[in-house]
Amino acid sequence: MYRYDEYDQAIVDARVEEFRDQCQRRLAGELSEDQFKPLRLMNGLYLQLHAYMLRVAVPYGTLNARQMRMLAHVARKYDRGYGHFTTRQNIQYNWIKLEDAADILAELATVEMHAIQTSGNCIRNISSDQFAGAAADEVTDPRPWAELLRQWSTFHPEFTYLPRKFKIAVIAADEDRAAMRLHDIGLQLIEQDGKLGARVYVGGGMGRTPMIAPLIRDFVGADELMSYLEACLRVYNRYGRRDNIYKARIKILLHEIGADEYRRQVEEEFRAVKQLGIDPPAAELKRISAMFAPPPFDAAAPDTVDRADPDFALWLDQNVKPHKQPGHAIVNISLKPIGGIPGDASAEQIDLMADLAERYSADELRVTHAQNIVLPHVRKADLYAVWQQLAETGLAEANLDLISDIIACPGLDYCALANARSIPLAQKIGQRFADAGRQRELGELKLKISGCINACGHHHAGHIGILGVDKKGTENYQLLLGGSGAEDVSLGRITGPGFDEDGVVDAIERVTDTYLQVREKGERFVDTYRRVGMQPFKEAIYG
Amino acid sequence: MRLVTGNDLPTGDVVWWAGGGWSRHIEDAVDAGDRAEAIAREEEAARRVNVPYVIEATATAEGPRPAHIKDRIRALGPTVRTDLTLKPADPNAGSWVI
Repeated sequence: MYRYDEYDQAIVDARVEEFRDQCQRRLAGELSEDQFKPLRLMNGLYLQLHAYMLRVAVPYGTLNARQMRMLAHVARKYDRGYGHFTTRQNIQYNWIKLEDAADILAELATVEMHAIQTSGNCIRNISSDQFAGAAADEVTDPRPWAELLRQWSTFHPEFTYLPRKFKIAVIAADEDRAAMRLHDIGLQLIEQDGKLGARVYVGGGMGRTPMIAPLIRDFVGADELMSYLEACLRVYNRYGRRDNIYKARIKILLHEIGADEYRRQVEEEFRAVKQLGIDPPAAELKRISAMFAPPPFDAAAPDTVDRADPDFALWLDQNVKPHKQPGHAIVNISLKPIGGIPGDASAEQIDLMADLAERYSADELRVTHAQNIVLPHVRKADLYAVWQQLAETGLAEANLDLISDIIACPGLDYCALANARSIPLAQKIGQRFADAGRQRELGELKLKISGCINACGHHHAGHIGILGVDKKGTENYQLLLGGSGAEDVSLGRITGPGFDEDGVVDAIERVTDTYLQVREKGERFVDTYRRVGMQPFKEAIYG
Repeated sequence: MRLVTGNDLPTGDVVWWAGGGWSRHIEDAVDAGDRAEAIAREEEAARRVNVPYVIEATATAEGPRPAHIKDRIRALGPTVRTDLTLKPADPNAGSWVI
C-alpha cells in the first residue's frame, strides 16, 4: 500500500485547514452559496435531497484496515451509522452537517484519506482493477501507475478547471474488471517486446451520450506515459466545449472531430510535451512500486479447501476467485443482500471487514466499481473462518455477478438529480429472484440501475440495464438489454416503451424466461442476446 | 397551495416556510401564495435558509402534500430507510410519498 510522504500529508493537511476556513466563512455569511458551492464541491461536499453528502476518495479502490475503521468511525460519529460504496470505488455519507465537514476531513487526514477529486471539473479519483496485485492474469500491478496518476492529477494547475469532469481507469489484464473503455481515458498496461507500456483508449463514457472509447494509441512506453496523458488532456482542455454542459465531455470532442484528428493533435502536442521532462525519474516509480510489493505470502499454504459445509461451498464457488499465489484466494464480499440496499454497509459491517482484512488479508481491502468489497489475499485455509464471520454479519450473500448482484445508484431516495428511485427497484428484483438455485441457473447476469440519465448506476453497461425517468411526475423505467462494461464492452439498447416499478420487474422475468428457453450450451445471457438479437425478448415483453 | 422549502445552512436539514420562520416538519408549512418567491429571496438574503425554492402542493386533511414525488421524499426521508424518516413509527408514511 502507498504511504504518504511529507509532501502528501502537508498537502492534505493544508487543504483541510483551507476548507475549515471556507466553511466558517460560509456559516458566518461571508460567502454566499454561489461562492461557496464550487469550494465545497472541490472537497467532495454536495447538497443532496435530505442533507449534505460527503464523498470520500478511495484512490484506485485500495484501503487498509485502519482506513476502513476510520470510515466506520465517520459513519458512527458524523452520519447515521452507515456509508454507501459507489461505482467509482469511493464511499459517500448521506447525512453530513456542514458544521462537521472540516472535522471529518481532519480525521480522515490522520489515516491518509481525503475527499479531493471526488467532484468538480477536474481529473477524478483514478479507478482500477479490484484484483490488482492478486490476479493471475495481470502483466503488472496497475496500482503504482494509478498512484502516479493520482500524484500527477492532484491539484494539477492546468487541469483544475477542465470543460467537464474527467475519469481515468487503469488496468493491467485482458479481463476488464474496471469498465475501462467507458472512461474518458482508459489505460491497459501491456508488455511489448519486453517493454512495459500502455494501450490508450480515449473518449468513452456513459451519461446521456454513452460511447465506447476508441483506441488512440496501441502502445506508449511507460517511461513516456505521463507526457502522453498530459498531451491528451491538453488537447481536450483547449478544444473541449465549454458552451454546453451536455457537450463538454471529451467523448463529444472525439465524436465531433473524429478519433484520427484527435490522435493527430495529441501526437503533435506529445512531441512538445516530451521536451518538458514531466515523466517521473525511474527512482520515483521504483519508490512507489516498492510500496505495492506483494505481501509475504505463506509458501506452505495448503491449496485445498474443505467443502463439507454446503452453504460455504456455494459461497466458495460464487464469490471466491483464483489468486496468483498458490494456497491463496481472492474473496469478494457482496454488499447486495436480498432485499438490501446495494452498496450500503453499516459501521459494524465496515469494522468487521476491517478486522478480517487485518487478520486474514495482509491488511488490504478493495472497493469495487460494482459496489462490493474485496479481501485480495486470503489463505485458502482461512476461507471457512472468513465466511463464518461474514455470515454472522449478513455479508455472506453468494451472488457475485448473478442477477441479484445489482449495481444501483442512490436514486431519488437520496439524490437531488434523480428522476426515479433505484433502490426499491433493486430490492424488488432481488426478492423476485431470491432463490439461489434460480440465480445460478441464470448464471452471470449483470443488472444495473440508474435513477436518471447521468448513469451513475451504469445502466448502459448492464447485460440488463434500467433507466429511471420522470413521466409526467411519476416514476417510469426504461429497460435496456445487451450492455457490458467488461472486455466485451457494448452499450445496451432500449427494448421499447417503459414500465412502472412492478411492470419492469415482470418484464425482467419475461426476459430471463426467454433466455432460458433459447440459450445454447455455455451461453451467458448477454451471449444469447448477441446471437438472437432483441426480437425474441421484445416479443416476450410486449406480446 | 405554494410552499417555500430549502435547507438549514449548518445542518443541511430540509426546512419548510411556516409563516414566521422555518420548520423541519411539512405539516407546519403554510401557503405562501404570491409572496413565495419574495419570501425565498428575503430569507436567503438574511441567511436564515439555504437554496430556497418554491413548489406546488395540495392541502389535505393531514397537511400539505407536495405535487412532486421528489419533494414528498424530501419531506419525509428515504423510502428505503423508514427508520431514518421523520415518521419512523408510522406504517402509512410510505404510502403518503408514493
